[in-house]
Amino acid sequence: MTGTSRADGPAGSRALAKRIRIHALRMTSSGGSAHVGAVLSMADIVAVLYGGLLRVNPAEPGWPERDRFILSKGHAGAGIYAAVAERGFMPVAKLKTHYQDGSDLSGHVSHKGIPGVELSTGSLGHGLSVGAGMAFGARLDGRRHRVFVLLSDGECDEGSNWEAILFAAHHRLDNLVAIVDYNKIQSLAPVKDTIELEPFRAKWEAFGWGVAELDGHDHAALWQTLSALPLQPGRPSVVIAHTTKGKGVSFMENTVLWHYRTAKGEEFDRALAELEAS
Amino acid sequence: MRDAFIARLTLLAERDPRIMLITGDLGFGVLTRFAAERPRQFLNAGVAEANMTGLATGLALDGRIVFTYSIANFPTLRCLEQVRNDAAYHDADVKIVSIGGGFSYGALGMSHHATEDLAILRAIPSITVLSPGCLWEVEGATEAIVRTPGVCYLRLDKSSAGRTNADGETYQLGRMRVVRDGNDVSLLATGGILGATLRAAERLALEGISARVVSVHTIRPFDADTLLRACRETGGIVTVEEHVVDGGLGGLVAETCLEAGVVPHGFHRIGLRAGFSSIVGSQEYLRTRYGLDEAAIAAAGRAVTQGRVVTASTPGRVGL
Repeated sequence: MTGTSRADGPAGSRALAKRIRIHALRMTSSGGSAHVGAVLSMADIVAVLYGGLLRVNPAEPGWPERDRFILSKGHAGAGIYAAVAERGFMPVAKLKTHYQDGSDLSGHVSHKGIPGVELSTGSLGHGLSVGAGMAFGARLDGRRHRVFVLLSDGECDEGSNWEAILFAAHHRLDNLVAIVDYNKIQSLAPVKDTIELEPFRAKWEAFGWGVAELDGHDHAALWQTLSALPLQPGRPSVVIAHTTKGKGVSFMENTVLWHYRTAKGEEFDRALAELEAS
Repeated sequence: MRDAFIARLTLLAERDPRIMLITGDLGFGVLTRFAAERPRQFLNAGVAEANMTGLATGLALDGRIVFTYSIANFPTLRCLEQVRNDAAYHDADVKIVSIGGGFSYGALGMSHHATEDLAILRAIPSITVLSPGCLWEVEGATEAIVRTPGVCYLRLDKSSAGRTNADGETYQLGRMRVVRDGNDVSLLATGGILGATLRAAERLALEGISARVVSVHTIRPFDADTLLRACRETGGIVTVEEHVVDGGLGGLVAETCLEAGVVPHGFHRIGLRAGFSSIVGSQEYLRTRYGLDEAAIAAAGRAVTQGRVVTASTPGRVGL
């Protein structure tokens, strides 16, 4: 059997994003782990990918022609575990073990024993180079699958990314797609007060990438843009997705606090109620 | 060693299209033939070792056997986390080759002194660590790592012991080689310093001391059997490495002996005990300067056979 993308479209991916958010809230709360804000931020992007756009096959996780997806912002691992479980790579019930003693669902995403996860990350600035290697190899072999790498904005401080950005443009890897979850908040403070990325689009363009900017919570926009890749023939593509950290839970949105804080007790109940009502 | 490696890799790459060689913009004149003959198996990643190692992982995860190539500490320490997290954790078939072990580039200064790599690489789980001492071992190691799954580190040296193999000998990764027999003391060497170690054994022979010389071309997996036999059969152990003594061959031998409950009759580690070398010079000069040369190895062997404790280390020099 071959893998297929699923044509659920924006309605399906919106429902999936909601489930990913609820899973991630439960997982981070019960395990007492951090980074729920970073998962909520990227949930819509991940839902569009796993909800249809990625050509993958849960029955055959190693299918050679599958699209590759790398979560370079590995601290948002809970969101990927939720997505691969929802996509059918592993039982949804396993999500309950996240961050627990003896579990292989680590706080930062790991591939070992987790079908559907391509690469273990957690130290930032690793995913794009590995993705570039996969894209380079696919092109050498004349294979047509694509490689998607999801980065955080704070992660773009890492110099290794810029090595990969140079390389991918030089080799015209138009089968490589970077998506930046640009929520404007990093670990301790806003991006603009830490290491300013702007003019961000101009940087990628100057490095030779095709660039699209969109609202990273707008499913229709995500479907439209990610269905028409590469953005420019002969160039790697980057989608700068403007997002809201903590999206979907009012008191978590746009706060530095919820990069690390865990929702417990009444905060958990309020967050869950908001997500369920969304 | 470098030329022997490239020549063998070129042959292997002709036969096996999965093999790929990525350089971090080094190897002027040396890689030209490989690049010209096998353009689809060659890539210059530029001066970007972190990216080079990530690329190698990505290529390896999709079925290639990828050699990363650079000098001194660039393909190892510069990108150590990529080696650990990307290549090693994923059991990717990435083969890291560093030209210039120890003081091979002694005159270039501290940045080019590769004197901690063995200890650091062997601390990372699952990496096979090779440090051949002669050209035949380089060829054998190059072939062996193509067949060995996962990450391998091949440390190559400017110096070498020439060719030390016996007729018909087969290279075995992970198996120490007794390249000279003897019973009074065992000199265990890793890397090109095997040459100086063999010369030290010659010198001792003139004094009537019979030194066994063992080439430890594989640091991991480590051949405890040959080591423990040397402990039991000879009058003591001297380890020889162009590397810091912390965590290198000497440390590995000490750990292995103690855990096995086998205490050698005498023991000394030849290696670097000082801080960084801000002094430069040829490989030969720096070996003499830091007590790693033929005379120092012979002196340690002599002292061990006489049951003397070798007192180590005035700063900058192994004192004997």
